[in-house]
Amino acid sequence: VLPSVAPTSPENCLTRNEWICGRYYSSRAGDLTDALVQHLEIVLSSVLLGLAVAVPLALLARRYRKLEGVILGTTTAIYSIPSLALFSLLVPVTGLGLTTVVIGLGLYSLTILVRNILEGLRAVPADVRESALGMGYAARRLLWRVEVPLALPAIMAGLRVATVSAVALTTVGAILDFGGLGDLLVDGTTTNFKAQVLATSVLCVLLAVALDLVLVTVQRLCTPWTRRQAVR
Amino acid sequence: MSAPLSLVNDVTEWFRDGDHWHGASGVPTLLGQHALLTLVSTVIAMAVGLPLAVWLGHRGRGGTFAVNLSNIGRAVPIVALLSLLSLGVFGTDPFGPFGRSGEATLVTLALFALPPIVTNTYTGMAEVDRDVVEAARGMGMRERQVLTSVELPLALPVVLGGVRTAAVQVVSTATLGAILGTGGLGRYLIDGVARGQNDRLFAGVVLVAGLALLTEAAFAIAQRALASPREPAGRRGRMTLSP
Repeated sequence: VLPSVAPTSPENCLTRNEWICGRYYSSRAGDLTDALVQHLEIVLSSVLLGLAVAVPLALLARRYRKLEGVILGTTTAIYSIPSLALFSLLVPVTGLGLTTVVIGLGLYSLTILVRNILEGLRAVPADVRESALGMGYAARRLLWRVEVPLALPAIMAGLRVATVSAVALTTVGAILDFGGLGDLLVDGTTTNFKAQVLATSVLCVLLAVALDLVLVTVQRLCTPWTRRQAVR
Repeated sequence: MSAPLSLVNDVTEWFRDGDHWHGASGVPTLLGQHALLTLVSTVIAMAVGLPLAVWLGHRGRGGTFAVNLSNIGRAVPIVALLSLLSLGVFGTDPFGPFGRSGEATLVTLALFALPPIVTNTYTGMAEVDRDVVEAARGMGMRERQVLTSVELPLALPVVLGGVRTAAVQVVSTATLGAILGTGGLGRYLIDGVARGQNDRLFAGVVLVAGLALLTEAAFAIAQRALASPREPAGRRGRMTLSP
């Protein structure tokens, strides 16, 4: 038998479905933190994976002219595949899971990083290289002590672009339930939950800005010589 | 190595199946929706972005804005913008032939098409040789003539390049609408993954890639037709000196 009096539903920002809702933040802080941490993990592992593959590829492309076209062409072709399609294409190979998202995003980072590393290394002045060789630098030492430091601004610029894009693209991982904040975002949209949609969107942008600031700071610290002119 | 081969067979079979060629989730419907979404949102972005960027480029101002626009565009997750717009301003109601959350999808795609259009147009305008512009002014051309007969024709290849990038990007990005239930070819990708149907998934990929290539080709032809090196303007009698 139904009760004759309608149960009193509590009047608060959650039941009114408001965009900004303190009750949501306090009651779901755990969910939001978990999603944010997963998002960060996905971004960092995919960019690091991209970097780990991009460095040898860029060095190969620099050494062998014939490989350059193949490497740049292939990575550019991968980059032009829509994110949703790339994730979907990887599913039969790497399964429905985190691996697919990380590898997919890693492939995108790869394109940006290979280009920037190659450009950075190419921009090292020939006379600087000559002097280092004249001073008796061996190839490996020349690369790590002279060329890479001089190419750092270009490499870091690539890392920034790759990282910021990865933060945005991670949300697409939601189709595999591994999209970090994207999972809550899509869930919030399908259930018409405004506070959740706004909170996760803002967190996404903040994460991108925060990571970008970290990378800018790292770049400043690693390349003090580029500031000397500005400071005077 | 039979797996890839059988997949090709499966996808071919999928395309041959008559059931996949009619109805709300048939190839013509979803392909048409996708093409229409791309076309309309790119046109909206052009209508907003071209005049703005041409004006900024002509005045030689706002370069930082034009460049930063593309950086901001990269940082905003499209899924987030789509969600915010469909829950907020526009609602999730079907809109014309565009399906659920149609308005929100159109506006989101247009916003994402803006950065390449604005950045390229601005760069194209700003990179027109200043000496040429000065020479045109010295010949007594009015500002409007300098803009329409000198700067715009010289910047046209770069401007078209921007629109091309935008349109191809929109073909890709429009797949994401399907995550939130909008129409378009993304439907096949989402359903293919969700149901574990690889034939449907790969058919979707083939269709999206085909549409992207077709868009590229259309622009390549347009670029060649519109931005080919012009014959000397004087011979065609178009350049008239103002008193």
